[in-house]
Amino acid sequence: MNFKNLVFIPANTGLLNLKNMTTQTQTVEKKIHAKTENISGAEAVIKCLLAEGVDLIYGYPGGAIMPVYDELFKYQDQLHHVLTRHEQGAVHSAQGYARVTGKVGVAIATSGPGATNLVTGIADAQIDSTPLVCITGQVAKHLLGSDAFQETDIVGISMPVTKWNYQITKASEIPEIMAKAFYIARSGRPGPVLVDITKNAQFDKFDFEYKKCTSVRSYKAIPEMNIEVINAAADMINIAKKPMIVFGQGVILGKAEEEFKTFIEKTGIPSAWTILGLSALPTDHPLNVGMVGMHGNYGPNKLTNECDVLIAIGMRFDDRVTGDLNTYAKQAKIIHFEIDPAEVDKNVKTDIAVMGDVKQTLAKILPMVHKNSHPEWRQEFTDYMAIEFEKVIKNDLHPEKEGLTMGEVIDQINKATNGDAIIVSDVGQHQMIACRYAKFNRSKSNVTSGGLGTMGFALPAAVGAKMGKPDREVIAIIGDGSYQMTIQELGTIYQTKVPVKIVVLNNEFLGMVRQWQQLFFDKRYASTEMTNPDFVTIAKGYHMEAESVSKRENLASAVQKMIASKDSYFLEVCVEKEDNVFPMIPSGASVSDIRLS
Amino acid sequence: MEEKQIYTISIYTENNIGILNRLSAIFLKRHINIESMTVSKSEIENVHRFTFVVKMTESNVRKIIGQLQKQIEVIRAYYHTEDEIIYHETALFKISTEHLYDEKIQDKLKFRRAHIIAITENYFVIEASGLKKDIDRMYVKLKPFGLLQFVRSGRIAITRPKMAISELLQEYN
Repeated sequence: MNFKNLVFIPANTGLLNLKNMTTQTQTVEKKIHAKTENISGAEAVIKCLLAEGVDLIYGYPGGAIMPVYDELFKYQDQLHHVLTRHEQGAVHSAQGYARVTGKVGVAIATSGPGATNLVTGIADAQIDSTPLVCITGQVAKHLLGSDAFQETDIVGISMPVTKWNYQITKASEIPEIMAKAFYIARSGRPGPVLVDITKNAQFDKFDFEYKKCTSVRSYKAIPEMNIEVINAAADMINIAKKPMIVFGQGVILGKAEEEFKTFIEKTGIPSAWTILGLSALPTDHPLNVGMVGMHGNYGPNKLTNECDVLIAIGMRFDDRVTGDLNTYAKQAKIIHFEIDPAEVDKNVKTDIAVMGDVKQTLAKILPMVHKNSHPEWRQEFTDYMAIEFEKVIKNDLHPEKEGLTMGEVIDQINKATNGDAIIVSDVGQHQMIACRYAKFNRSKSNVTSGGLGTMGFALPAAVGAKMGKPDREVIAIIGDGSYQMTIQELGTIYQTKVPVKIVVLNNEFLGMVRQWQQLFFDKRYASTEMTNPDFVTIAKGYHMEAESVSKRENLASAVQKMIASKDSYFLEVCVEKEDNVFPMIPSGASVSDIRLS
Repeated sequence: MEEKQIYTISIYTENNIGILNRLSAIFLKRHINIESMTVSKSEIENVHRFTFVVKMTESNVRKIIGQLQKQIEVIRAYYHTEDEIIYHETALFKISTEHLYDEKIQDKLKFRRAHIIAITENYFVIEASGLKKDIDRMYVKLKPFGLLQFVRSGRIAITRPKMAISELLQEYN
C-alpha cells in the first residue's frame, strides 16, 4: 500500500494549508453530528477525530491499525496524517503540537512494538500534564491473550502513565469512548489518554452517532472554588512583607496569563517560574525574577528561604524545584493555587490551598488584594541578580575565553528573533542554558520535557510545534547526545518540508552527566564522551541546508542566516567541551545552598 | 518520626475492567505492600467497592487517597483507622477426617464463629470468621493437626461514619 500521498504536506503551499482546513473541519463537523448508518469502526474513529476538531495527527502504520489507515487515506483532504520515522517521534510531535496550541495532540500507532514505542511520550505527557489522545491498534478480540503476532497488553503497560485508558473491543463503543477520551485529556489538569482498539472493532459495521462528552460521573475536572479560602489567602498576601510567587505551567494550561499578570502587577510581588512555567510571563517583565530550582537563578532560590509568604501558582513542588524539603521555605507561610487536589500537601505542607481553575481563582482574589510594590524586598532580588551576573551570566553570555559557550548561542538567537520564537529544548545542559537565557515575549513558547527529562524529545516536538504554529519561528535547541536519540525524525522533516530550525550544541559529551561526574564522582567520566558523526553531512543527506560553526566571529551571522531561511535548517555549534551549568543546587541540598561555581 | 499503623481504605469505583490494576499500581509505585484486598459489589448498582488494608503513616495514606481519588473511575476513596470500622475476615481450614473427633478440635469449634461446613470420608472443612487475631489464633491451634489447606479472605469493613456515595453520584450528574 502506498501512503505517500497521505502523509505528504505539499511543499510551498505547505503548512499554511492547515489553516484552511479548520474551516473545512467545521463544515464536516455539522455533518458528523447527524447519524451515519452502517459504517466501519475504523471510519468511525476518523469521524470522531473530525468531530473533535482534529485536523492533524501523527503516527506510524502497521498490521493491527491498518483499517484506520485505510480510512485516513479516504479522508486525507480533511485530516492530515504525518508519518513520523518512529512512534516515539509521533507521540513527541503530538506533544509539541499540544503544548503550543493548547489543543489535544493525537498520535496513532499499531499494536505491540508500535504501542510500546509510544510509552515514553505518554509518560512524558502525564508528568508534564499535556493533553494527548493516543490511539493504538490491537489484535482481534478473539486473539486477546493468545500471544498473537504483535500482541501486547498496552492497556496494562500504559495504565500508570495515563490519565485514563480503555480497550475497545466492539465498534459500537467507539463514539462514546473517543468522546470521553478527548474530554478527559483536555479537561481539568490535562493528561494523556490511550484508546486501544481491537482489529475486529475497526472492521465491524454499526450505526454511528457522535455526542460530545461534557461530564463523566466519577470525575470532577475542576474542584469547587471556596470563597472563604480565597479571602484568607488575600488577607495573608495583604499582610505579607516579603511575599514571593513561584508559578508553573498551571498558568499556561489554565489560560490565565492575563489574570496572573494583573494580579502580580497589582500586588507587586516578585515572581519566579518553574521550567514549565517559563514564557507564561514575558522575560523582561519587571516582576519576573527568573527561574527557581536546581539550575535556576540565584535570587529566587536564596530568597525562597527568606520570604514570609510563598505563593505557589499552578506548580507541584517538584524535587528539582525544592531541593531538600526539610529546609525548603520553612520560615514561610505557603499558599498553593492548584487544580489537582492530589498535589496539595504532596511535597510541601500548605497553609492555604486555593483549589480551582486558576483563571477563576486569580480573577476572584484580584479585588481582595491591596495594591503594593515591595520596593526594598524586590531590591534584594536585583542585588542577587547583580552577583549572579558577575559570577555566572557575564561569563556565559560574553565569554572572554576562546571556546564558544552555549549561553552565547542562545544570546545570538535572542538577538536574531527578539524573543518571538518558540524554543523547543531537549534535556541536559543545553536545556538548562536555553531555559535560563532564552527570551520570551509570548506564552506557550517554551516547549521542553520537564518532569520526565526525556532525551530525544526536542526534534519531534519541534515538528509538532511548527505544525501547530506555522506562523511562528520554531527553533529546536538540542545537545549532541539528545539529538541522536531521535535523529531519524529528520526524515519526517524532509518529507513534510516543515521549516523547523535545528541548533545542535555539540560538546561531544553527555554534558549534564559529565558535569555531575566532575563535581560528585571525582571526574570519572564513565561513558559520557561521545564520538559523533558529521552532523552537517547527515542533515545534507536529508537535503537540509546545514552549517557548522566553531568560531565566535562566525556565530552571529550563522544564526542570522538560519533565521532568515524559509526552509528547515540545521546549525551545529561546536561549544566548549567541559563547561558547567551554574548556579547549581547540588542534589539533596537546600535551595539556599545554591552554588555559583 | 510519624508512626505507621493499619489503615483500611475503602474505594468506590465504576465497574470497569482494569480498574484493579490502576489502583494497585498506585501502591506499587510507592513501594507499599497491600496487606489484604477485597473487591465486591456495593450498595449501589454498578458501583464496586474495594477494601484495601495497608500499614503506613497517616500523611502517606492521605497522599495515597489523593492519588486514588484522582483516577477517573474512582468515585470516592476513604481511609479509616481501626476504631472507625466494623470489620471481618473469613478463613477455611481443611483437615483430615481422622482428627474430626479430637477433643481439641471440638473445643475450638466452641468459638462462636467457627463451624464445620463440609465433611467427607477423607477431610472436613472448618469455616471461621472474625478479626484477624481470632483467625490467627485458630490457625496456631489447628496447625498441629496438619492443615491440608488453609485460605483466608481479605478484610471486609463497614464504616461507622456515613459514606455518602449516592449523594456524590447525584452531585457529579
